[in-house]
Amino acid sequence: MTTDLVRQEVKSTDGIKHAKKEVNWTKYILMSLMFLYLVVFLLIPLVFIFVKAFEKGAEVYFAAITEPDALSAIKLTILVAIISVPLNVVFGIAAAWLITKFQFKGKQILLSLIELPFAVSPVIAGLVLVLFFGPRGVLGPFLDEFGLKIIFSVPGIIIATMFVTLPFVARELIPVMQAQGKTEEEAAISLGANGWQMFLRVTLPSIKWGLLYGMILCNARAIGEFGAVSVVSGHIRGETNTMPLHVEILYNEYQFSAAFAVASLMSLLALVTLLIKTWIEWRTEKH
Amino acid sequence: MKKKYKKKNVLPGFGLSLGITMLYMSLIVLIPLSMVFIESSQLGWHDFIKIVTSDRVFHAYKISFATAFVAALVNAVFGLLIAWVLVRYRFPGKRIIDGFIDLPFALPTAVAGITLTTLYGKDGWLGQFFSLFHIKIAFTPIGITIALMFIGLPFVVRMVQPVLENMEKEVEEAAASLGASKQQIFLKVIFPELLPPVLAGFSLAFARGLGEYGSVVFIAGNMPMKTEIAPFMIMSKLEQFDYAGATAIAVVMLVISFVCLIVINLLQKWSRKHEFQSE
Repeated sequence: MTTDLVRQEVKSTDGIKHAKKEVNWTKYILMSLMFLYLVVFLLIPLVFIFVKAFEKGAEVYFAAITEPDALSAIKLTILVAIISVPLNVVFGIAAAWLITKFQFKGKQILLSLIELPFAVSPVIAGLVLVLFFGPRGVLGPFLDEFGLKIIFSVPGIIIATMFVTLPFVARELIPVMQAQGKTEEEAAISLGANGWQMFLRVTLPSIKWGLLYGMILCNARAIGEFGAVSVVSGHIRGETNTMPLHVEILYNEYQFSAAFAVASLMSLLALVTLLIKTWIEWRTEKH
Repeated sequence: MKKKYKKKNVLPGFGLSLGITMLYMSLIVLIPLSMVFIESSQLGWHDFIKIVTSDRVFHAYKISFATAFVAALVNAVFGLLIAWVLVRYRFPGKRIIDGFIDLPFALPTAVAGITLTTLYGKDGWLGQFFSLFHIKIAFTPIGITIALMFIGLPFVVRMVQPVLENMEKEVEEAAASLGASKQQIFLKVIFPELLPPVLAGFSLAFARGLGEYGSVVFIAGNMPMKTEIAPFMIMSKLEQFDYAGATAIAVVMLVISFVCLIVINLLQKWSRKHEFQSE
């Protein structure tokens, strides 16, 4: 009996010591696991892109990103972003304003519908646009009459990009505007400001960081979108090829260095996006 | 009631914002998306089932399902681990790592695709190592799973992080002072709180994995009955101008995505309820 008790006591004090040591061990193990995982799955691929891109020297690299097809792909990608991001901003502000400042029926449904493009495969997004705007689609004959071509041309690429990026700005702005409430805007209006004055002087300054955050994420996706754009583009070289599609073509033609050169440009942009994003987070946290 | 109505009316722009929102969403998302269901209803039940259950399509669904599930599972485990380390431990470079987690969201999927394919190919940096053990990764379902693990990495981390940050230390301290061990505290106090966000992140990663195309097509190799994924089947039907076939496959995928979306919404509600209870 007594020996049993003593043994138990020894065990339990052992347990305490053990537990104290274990705390450090768990921290150490978990941190190393995290670092290992992130190095293998994020860091190595990222470094690999740049190594591959410069494998055959800087000359090949610059030739790959300045050849005419690459330049036209870059231009088209910038055009797509320049049109789709501002439209997304207008939509995002309107949707966030509607949802956070007014009470109406079906708000919850609207919120879910805004998130819908995230749940839909990009390929399906492309498919539905072909079914709707395509030559054999519902609007096909009507567009044909006016000589408008949407699918397999630039407008289709822009619409596909707008589809997949639709939620980005709205979902960043909704929580920001929700937290802000509406007393400040109400004060501005009751003091005689008109709608635009209120928006520019009260609303916009308070949402600008959230807006910028949404915009850079939207921009990154707009530039990198592949699946949806691939369906509607028709892959016409020098005409309807965006940068990701250009990378695909180069890769399938076994021009690996060129493919990774163009890919490295986009990776650089992704890194800048992450940097700005982290900076905004740091700023708002400090604030 | 009347007073509330008056208050509502003070802010301008209801009509304008409603108009813009509805017009934009209808034209770009809702009307085109409804086309899928209209188009497939013209197909007839018999043909629909025939397309969807054909060997090749069925196999593609299976591959998509299995790889997305395994990838989401790995992401749930490591996502929880990463969120835990980032919230609970202090170490240098934490902010940089935190920002770096979102790389899969910022990097174009096609770039991720060609990178992983070359990296895990039999001469690639990592593929070389695995081929020593006669494990082939690129152009097998393992490769697809790895691509989906990459793409889904941030989901669980970003769902768990805020919940973990807002968790009150007092509850854990109370449990500790009542004699609970570290393991008991984690399993009985912390984990139940984290379960809803983990599951929500899992569903998000799973839904994304089912529909993912850009990062997967390259590493999959797209061999019929072996490594074809469902989105690739839609693509290949489209290339043959078989719109009906593409639509039928899409309908099944959309229904699965909607179910995922509903599950995510319910989980988030559950998670929020938990938060209020703990307050």
